[in-house]
Amino acid sequence: MKNPYLPIPMVVKKASIETTDRMLRTLELSFLNEEDAKAFRFIPGQFCELSILGKGEAPFGIASSPTENGSLKFTINKAGRVTTALHHLEEGAEIGIRGPLGNGYPIDLFKGKNILVIGGGFAFTTLRSLIVYLSHPENRSRVKDITVIYGARMPGLLLYKEELTQWEKRSDLKLVVTVDWGDKDWKGKVGLVPNVLEEVAPSSENTYAVICGPPIMIKFTFPKLMALRFPNERIYTSLEKRMKCGIGKCGRCNIGYLYVCKDGPVFSYAQLEKLPKDY
Amino acid sequence: MKLKLDKKDFENFLQSLMNEYDLYAPVQLAEGVSLFKKIDQPGEVNLTQLHTQKPAKDLFFPQSETMFRYEKVGNQNQMTSMEEVKRERILFGARPCDIEAISILEKVFVSEEYTDVYFLEKRKKTTIIGLGCNHPLSTCFCSSAGGDPFLRAGSDLFFIDLGEVYFVELLTEKGMVFHKNKFFKEADPKDLTLVKELEDKAFEKVGFSIPVDGIEKRLDLMGESSFWDRIHEKCIGCRICTYLCPTCHCFDIVDEGEHQRGQRVRNWDSCLSPLYSLETSGHNPRPTGRERTRQRLMHKFNYFPKKFNQVACVGCGRCILYCPVHFDIRQAIIWTSPKRPKRFGRGAI
Repeated sequence: MKNPYLPIPMVVKKASIETTDRMLRTLELSFLNEEDAKAFRFIPGQFCELSILGKGEAPFGIASSPTENGSLKFTINKAGRVTTALHHLEEGAEIGIRGPLGNGYPIDLFKGKNILVIGGGFAFTTLRSLIVYLSHPENRSRVKDITVIYGARMPGLLLYKEELTQWEKRSDLKLVVTVDWGDKDWKGKVGLVPNVLEEVAPSSENTYAVICGPPIMIKFTFPKLMALRFPNERIYTSLEKRMKCGIGKCGRCNIGYLYVCKDGPVFSYAQLEKLPKDY
Repeated sequence: MKLKLDKKDFENFLQSLMNEYDLYAPVQLAEGVSLFKKIDQPGEVNLTQLHTQKPAKDLFFPQSETMFRYEKVGNQNQMTSMEEVKRERILFGARPCDIEAISILEKVFVSEEYTDVYFLEKRKKTTIIGLGCNHPLSTCFCSSAGGDPFLRAGSDLFFIDLGEVYFVELLTEKGMVFHKNKFFKEADPKDLTLVKELEDKAFEKVGFSIPVDGIEKRLDLMGESSFWDRIHEKCIGCRICTYLCPTCHCFDIVDEGEHQRGQRVRNWDSCLSPLYSLETSGHNPRPTGRERTRQRLMHKFNYFPKKFNQVACVGCGRCILYCPVHFDIRQAIIWTSPKRPKRFGRGAI
């Protein structure tokens, strides 16, 4: 029987600092064993527990897309013990992962629909997975228009800058990047994500909205989506809570009767409405 | 199959179990400190206390448990999972509430999606011998919580103390293995009458006075109630109620050791700890006793029933017995009921 607590061994293939404050680092990992690579099937929005023996484990959304074969990407914010250790890992170092965990984005519901992706700050990781997945030649025809609104506090804090430049050139994807404060080289939009959303005003007809960002951004973006007449059932977001086991046993990540790790982390706004506001 | 065991043969009987199994039974470590322990001498077994201070969950979900050991060999990490139980085990003398709690834990730990191999291995390799409660304590409310002092469910064999003898029932396939045990004799009709009398007396004592029925629906409407503002006030957050609760199953996972070698361990954790839900950012979704007490009670009586159709409380009363400030979960349950007293009286909760 498979032991869900045993990490799968992986190795750090590549590591790169994403932001000018050096707090966000992307690790590209590859599987040590062929059979583990074959057995690992995931969808955008799922997460893994990254594990450094002797330090512990912590959960991170998968930033790579299932269409990028052979490796997994995670972007890690340096905040505590495990994340600091992850920032110090060198290329070639061994690391453990448990996953994929959680439910992921409802890809099947997206068929034939327009997709509006709204991201803020370093919560953009699983949204990157979703965008890369949906815009892959194999999947692009399955959905209609893709609109991406992505904001960060400052230009230097934007993730995946090279890819943003590539996406900007694509005709089958509308990308709007915004920052709260520009600098002298910034030629893009300046403004908070909820306001930019209002400005872009994407049609809610036949459209699913997927939103992920800091709680304050989510709080002010929901009313704007309501104003654009998005029904609650077609707004999805991904939640974060303190976790340990990741498989609905250890108890701590519940909101009401649902566990963020196992029943989430992706929930529709309609689901969230039914859960206690304060838990 | 209904049998009996003469008390003269009790220690020999235990010895016969120990020859083939690891035997776990209640022992008294010190005044007031009792728990289930692996028995080396039959004389250690102590059945005088109704239930042990530490519940039998410890045998299936230990207070601290090594999940795996790791060691760096050359460039690779070698991990050795520690779930294996080498010898079949017998849990002797567990009370019906503790046994019911093990089946509640099983619902959490053994599921289609993810099975906790550490729990399952221990559960599979354990034969359970239950013991009826002739004299329930004043804090017992198992009947209100869906159990009863003589509930056989979950036991493979069931013992009832009849004074000179133990009345013994073999209930399952695992239990029937013992039908040829040389110390068992056929039970007499008068033993059965005595059993019935003891059961009736115990039932009467426990009663059905605590309104657990329908509590899930009542709590649905109480998420934001001012009830929570008051009820937590006397709790000092010592967490003993959750550690000694036979159904509480929260745990923390930590690494002990360093990079070269060490072990990953899980330890009991408690939703009443402020650190339990504290996030690295400093944000804590349950910042005060109000939210934490609500989480404890809502999980037992609202969230758990929604998932598993059963309350996560077996009415053992340990949380009442060992609470240093006399928080009484029965009072909390009564307060959710429409028949509750109009205001908080002195010492109400």
